[in-house]
Amino acid sequence: MPYIANTQEDQQAMFEAIACTDFADMWRKSQVVVPEPPLTSIPEGMSEFEVISKLRKLAAKNATELHTFIGAGYYDHIIPAAVSEITGRSEFYTAYTPYQPEASQGTLQAIYEYQSMICRLTGMPVSNASLYDGGTALFEAMMLAVRATRRRQVIVSEAVSPIFRKMLHTYSSNLNIELIQIPAGIDDSSKEELLNAVSDKTACVIVQYPNFFGTIEAWEDFNEQVHAKKALAICSTYPTSLALLTPPGELGFDIVTAEGQSLGNSLNFGGPYLGIMAVTTKLMRKMPGRVCGRTVDSDGKDGFVLTLQTREQHIRREGAMSNICSNESLCALNALVYMACMGKQGFIQVAELCASKAAYARELLLAIDGVEAVGGEAFFNEFVVQLPCDAAEVVGKLIDKGFAAGFPLGRYYPDRKNQLLVAVTEKRTKEEIKALATALEAVL
Amino acid sequence: MKYYSEAHEWIKVEDDEAIIGISEYAAEELGDITYVELPIEEDDVVVGDTLGVIESVKAASDVYSPIGGTITEVNADLEENPGLVNESAEGNGWICKLNNIDVSELDGLMTPDAYVKYLKSLA
Repeated sequence: MPYIANTQEDQQAMFEAIACTDFADMWRKSQVVVPEPPLTSIPEGMSEFEVISKLRKLAAKNATELHTFIGAGYYDHIIPAAVSEITGRSEFYTAYTPYQPEASQGTLQAIYEYQSMICRLTGMPVSNASLYDGGTALFEAMMLAVRATRRRQVIVSEAVSPIFRKMLHTYSSNLNIELIQIPAGIDDSSKEELLNAVSDKTACVIVQYPNFFGTIEAWEDFNEQVHAKKALAICSTYPTSLALLTPPGELGFDIVTAEGQSLGNSLNFGGPYLGIMAVTTKLMRKMPGRVCGRTVDSDGKDGFVLTLQTREQHIRREGAMSNICSNESLCALNALVYMACMGKQGFIQVAELCASKAAYARELLLAIDGVEAVGGEAFFNEFVVQLPCDAAEVVGKLIDKGFAAGFPLGRYYPDRKNQLLVAVTEKRTKEEIKALATALEAVL
Repeated sequence: MKYYSEAHEWIKVEDDEAIIGISEYAAEELGDITYVELPIEEDDVVVGDTLGVIESVKAASDVYSPIGGTITEVNADLEENPGLVNESAEGNGWICKLNNIDVSELDGLMTPDAYVKYLKSLA
């Protein structure tokens, strides 16, 4: 990877261009009130050997050998080796925004096929080429609803990922958008309260399916009532769960977003991840992001091009549908190749394994003295249990025993201090699940 | 009476209602029109507000209101058949109607003769 050098000659040329002698002189002349930063505190350069051994030591601190039962929106699924073998090909891996149709049919076809798969998975008619991650996709969905309805009030269930809600809040805090959050139960996103909050100012209602606590709820009637008030219904979903669940498109959602990490992307300390967005035909021209379409060339042969570009920044400038115009092509490609490798049947099997292993894990955990059920059995692969003590402390103790036992809800829900959100994927063996139960029993 | 703006919108005022579209010249320049984003009924606009967007195979252009008022009707036929603007930009391809207008705002616009001269000056 080449880098941009900053030699003494370069620095000298830059200082001369702004009529300064050196850094201190520039600082003085710029008349900023903060003192000159003490550059001496930045360490001297290191040799390659020193850097590598320092990074190795840091990397060794990563807990890579934990048996993980943490989900909360990001899931530890098996990724077939073929995925990185294909996506690592230099034609895909190194090219940057290769969108000219005459030069990039492979990339464009991959984007088109990704979109087609997302449409089938979500049951929605239109998908974009991807966005940054699940949280920004949800923010973009909210802004789409604001544009489409020209209303500025947004109602969000607290059963939506608290991480995503924090992102909604951060992004919208200077946008004159009224964000109303409605408290929710484990089994129930408080539909009545959500609907009661909808007014003629409401652009959209945002829920999660399955909800953050893992519960699968019915949304059809709810969405009808949201539409009756001329607001849009948005859901954030978990792609793997859709192998078994009714697709959100069939439940009447107008905009569906998801964190696409679970589709062939590794857990990477927060990213790069994959923002999925799919919308109704009615909303497609207000959707942000790139869209790839299939067409025919002058010889009548199939070809792929970017389409509906008039929504985008390079054409519409300040009138564009979003100022986030990048997509996560490589992560979307991972998702595409993963889904293609798994096939419909394989993907369903993964989901069935997740669900049955989670049901088994819940049974074992609930058999432990002092561990109680919170919420019912309508979950996919994630559920909440009540512990007799602080769940965060228990998680800490179990780390020492080699388990990442779950996500302590108290971190985002102060009244749920003793509750633990546990996720089980196809990757966890029966033995690991039994061992988790034994270890949990031992620390309580 | 019909008037034209420098941005190539036409406006015809009958009684106290105005009807607005883009000129035949503009439709020709844009090429095949693929989509018209219409204004919203009951919206109030002032001179220069964006009424909507016309997308063609060549470009996407905002349509600006040559007059202030309240949108009373939009040409819903354009949703299904945006090509009407190419076929009949100053007829069936109209975009919207407004009331609550102030005819004195028409003073800054061009008569058909003046618009023809204006087009010649662009050539």
